Amino acid sequence: MSSSNNFGTKRLVVGAHYGAFDFLVQRVTAVILAVYTLVLAVGLLAMPAFTFESWRGLFTFTVFALPVGQVLASLAFLALAWHAWIGVRDIWMDYVKPVGVRLLLQVLTILWLVGAVVYFAKILWSL
Amino acid sequence: MSDTAAKPRPQFRNIGIPQILFSYRLPLAGKVSILHRVSGALLFLCLPLVILPVFAMSVGSPESFAQVAQVAGNPLVKLILLVLLWGYLHHFCAGIRYLVLDLHVGLDKVAAQKSAGVVLGVSLALTLVFGLKMFGAW
Repeated sequence: MSSSNNFGTKRLVVGAHYGAFDFLVQRVTAVILAVYTLVLAVGLLAMPAFTFESWRGLFTFTVFALPVGQVLASLAFLALAWHAWIGVRDIWMDYVKPVGVRLLLQVLTILWLVGAVVYFAKILWSL
Repeated sequence: MSDTAAKPRPQFRNIGIPQILFSYRLPLAGKVSILHRVSGALLFLCLPLVILPVFAMSVGSPESFAQVAQVAGNPLVKLILLVLLWGYLHHFCAGIRYLVLDLHVGLDKVAAQKSAGVVLGVSLALTLVFGLKMFGAW
């Protein structure tokens, strides 16, 4: 594509050089989520019995009165939302070509994920 | 500009769903790849609709905790939870494979094919184990 076409309605709406950053974010958040999954799995296996108190305790445990369980779950959920944003945005970029439709889907994706974050925060921090 | 433009240039587009389902016979690594995408999209859609409501019930109170098992008694709910469980496990296993591939480990054809098979097998086996546990087989 010649650069002389790259203005006005012909302007490419990609190319802000965020690709490498997003590539890295997707992988870093993946590692965070994998580690948190393993932490929960170990917690589940270490339970003497699967009861309400022990299950809830995975998300509400404290260390020196600090809400470590809730903070870890919040961090993991933020990593999840960021990870999902990059993945779903990639799906729209691969399959949806009309710029307007793609923008609409991306906006809806952000609203969906921010809504999920707020919903999760409400559940978690009212425990 | 010149009459050489009369010949249409070949176009290469992204693979569409009909091609994935009917035209191409994807290698194992390709199947893992598209299932990684499908499972991710599924988890994204079900997060506020299924996963968070069930999570809220499970940690809310002893009564709502017990209610989860009751709701999961419905075969349709059971199926949805099982599919989501598979989606998470597949996305987890395939994701770890991609992280390892990103470290330039196991990139050759034979190793990549093998690890793709392991991902499919392990995630299905874990789904079976957790599924049986979830449905109270023991």
